[in-house]
Amino acid sequence: MLKRQVIDKGVHSGFLLIALFSITVLSLIVLFLFKEGIPIFEYVSIKDFVLGQYWYPTDDPADFGIFPLILGSVSVTLLSGIIAIPLGIMTAVYLAEIAPPKVAEIVKPIVELMASMPSVVIGFFGMVVVAPFIQQLFNIPVGLNMFNASLMLAFMSIPTICSLSEDAIFCVPAALKEASFALGATHFETIVKVIIPASLSGICTAVILGLSRAIGETMVVLMAAGGAAMIPGSIFDPVRPLPASIAAEMAEAPFGSEHYHALFAIGMVLFGFTFIFNLIADYISYKFRQVGEASL
Amino acid sequence: MNKFIKLIVVLTAFILITSSTGIADELVIKGSTTVLPIAQKTAEAYMAEHPSVKISLSGGGSGNGIKAIIDGTAQIGNASRFIKQKEVMLATGKGVYPVPFRVALDAIVPVVNNKNSVADLTLDQLKDIYLGKIKNWKEIGGTPGKIVVVSRDSSSGTFGVWKNLVMKKERVIPSALTVPSNGGIVQAVAGTPGAIGYVGLGYLNSEIKAVRVDGIKGSEENTLNGSFPISRGLFMFTKGWPKGETMGFISFVLSKKGQSLVKEAGSIPLF
Amino acid sequence: MIKQRLIVQKIWFSLLKVAAWVNGLALAVIVYFILSRGWRAVSWGFLTQAPKDSMTAGGILPCIVGTIALCLMTILVALPIGVASAIYLNEYAGHGKFIRFIRLGINNLAGVPSIVFGLFGLAFFCIVLKMGVSIASGGLTLGIMTLPVIIGASEEALKSVPNTYREASLAMGATKWQTIRRVVLPTAFPGIITGSILGISRAAGETAPIMYTGAVFFTPDLPASILDEVMALPYHIYVLATAGTQIEATRHLQYGTALVLIVLIFGMNLSAIIMRSKMRKKLRI
Repeated sequence: MLKRQVIDKGVHSGFLLIALFSITVLSLIVLFLFKEGIPIFEYVSIKDFVLGQYWYPTDDPADFGIFPLILGSVSVTLLSGIIAIPLGIMTAVYLAEIAPPKVAEIVKPIVELMASMPSVVIGFFGMVVVAPFIQQLFNIPVGLNMFNASLMLAFMSIPTICSLSEDAIFCVPAALKEASFALGATHFETIVKVIIPASLSGICTAVILGLSRAIGETMVVLMAAGGAAMIPGSIFDPVRPLPASIAAEMAEAPFGSEHYHALFAIGMVLFGFTFIFNLIADYISYKFRQVGEASL
Repeated sequence: MNKFIKLIVVLTAFILITSSTGIADELVIKGSTTVLPIAQKTAEAYMAEHPSVKISLSGGGSGNGIKAIIDGTAQIGNASRFIKQKEVMLATGKGVYPVPFRVALDAIVPVVNNKNSVADLTLDQLKDIYLGKIKNWKEIGGTPGKIVVVSRDSSSGTFGVWKNLVMKKERVIPSALTVPSNGGIVQAVAGTPGAIGYVGLGYLNSEIKAVRVDGIKGSEENTLNGSFPISRGLFMFTKGWPKGETMGFISFVLSKKGQSLVKEAGSIPLF
Repeated sequence: MIKQRLIVQKIWFSLLKVAAWVNGLALAVIVYFILSRGWRAVSWGFLTQAPKDSMTAGGILPCIVGTIALCLMTILVALPIGVASAIYLNEYAGHGKFIRFIRLGINNLAGVPSIVFGLFGLAFFCIVLKMGVSIASGGLTLGIMTLPVIIGASEEALKSVPNTYREASLAMGATKWQTIRRVVLPTAFPGIITGSILGISRAAGETAPIMYTGAVFFTPDLPASILDEVMALPYHIYVLATAGTQIEATRHLQYGTALVLIVLIFGMNLSAIIMRSKMRKKLRI
């Protein structure tokens, strides 16, 4: 009996150690990003890096201003959000409240399959099919631009927003719904005035995580956004979001060169964005979680 | 569940067992997309003659190739420009002495869409287009429309040469689209009626239209006689003086057979 | 008055229906294009040969093998650690601040952009651990990327094991570890596998983490050890479409490769979904 108990205790500690692995990895990632990224600030000040308007990393002397890159990322994410958030939430509401079970059984797997579509295929599609199409449709000079990238990013964010929102809506206690019906509201009015407000924290989390995915996505923006390190003037301008710059230039920056450090510093900034998004989402879902309905 | 665990164990064992190092002669070549067609053809021919040699290729740009040499991740770095002073200092700082081998000659030809009527541009006009000073095709005699400037990523040797010889070291406008390879330029220009780009000789084909520079056509003849203003050498860099298979491959590329393959790839052989 | 509200409801409900089906339309469009332009390229030869003639002909066998190798490596890394972490979180841990801390770490790991994983993989596995560009580096990078997915799926599977099972086992005198090993895990196993397949299928389609850690443009032989570099399906699509020497001429090959990749991933997903619904029916005694 003693042996079993000793093994049990040992196993407990073993599992604890393994569970700490994720935190360890995360810390290592942060550590390496900082270790390789900070040296760039010996060459250029933080203010010049973040607000500088010119990204010419291989020039002599080089310019390491990532402001156009940041704007590219932000604009592409916001535009994709404008498309993805309404579509995602509306689909979630449809699946959770309105769809007959047989229809839901078709639509749900469709959304899941959307989520599993590899990003390189979506980027390829954007580059090869969508670009010429919107070039002709809108009579614009080139189809590789912010709009194209945002469309494709929306395709990628919608499943995230939809499934998380759907979970949140599903978790709204039936009693709230029934009370609303009892007071004479139509189904739609119940959805708008009771269910959505009740699941708002979950929906917010879903939206934030969806946007976080969009801002961090690499292949789509690498292939479909155009690659121009400029501050966009219209939605049909080509842009160069942060992940695209890293992916495009990583292979040519010799280890330890300023360019190398600059790219890691961009990685730091990108990680910072997604980290903050995740913290906010975590905070919202923890603070405002539904802790049971008001019932007897 | 036990069957599944057994499967994983077997697969793991397979992977670990085959981890025994059996490094057959391997040659890693990385770098310029301009030199890539040459590298591909010569590598295929070399591997056919020497079956024990394994050559793996990557593109990515001349910057990639030179970096790979410096960092030791490749034996040969293809470059369509000469090594930069900064890179030499970085290399020698790490104890690496890059050795250049010029394997071919090439010209960088400005290209436009097949529907574009412009057929001739001066060096200054090219520079102004890429500076963003000339914005519309009608300013240089074409059908009115916005000029879509397509350029290469910073890793490109082609871009490096363009910058020196055409831009005279001034910066390309930030709103220029960037593509990662010569092939990418062809794709972009062929699909966009208002686009202009530049590619090495080996990438000229029927999808795009070559433009004469100062009245001179970019061709083998005009490169060899020096009249075409945007010409350059194509290089293969090695880490220190090449030995073994690396030496064998470089000698092959510089041999008569290798140079005939250079010609097949579309660039200009040295002899 | 009520009629008006009902009409409003009807309009909105149809809008919602349209929104939901827009997704289906988008998916159908992409699948249609890939399928219609790619099926011609896919043949038995395509699947079993290596690329030839400067990649303008031949097949994608090395890519398929490479992707499978990377997936296996990913499973090896992510499955044991993921399941073990999930076991700790679900069976042993309390609800205190420490656990919140660990969960925060897992959630944040899930949100890290794929290119940042690639950067980390390059700096750590390739350079510091000196594994270079290899299946090992690429697989490890993909593994830590897939870890949160597997932890989440395993936790859900463990949660769905009824507590009565655990209590019965403990009541018969088993220790906690014995209970987990002999009762909880086997019951949760199908759910763990399903979730893991979904996670692995995601890893199979990722490009950014393997761009600098495992995949290369062209290598003539199939990998012989985990320290070899490989070609991979998603990376192959990317290089053929952007950095190849004859982009338009190889277009059908790009579509074909994309088709093979989608079929592989959809196949994995569908089998996981079918497994899951079969299991759900089984548990609904």
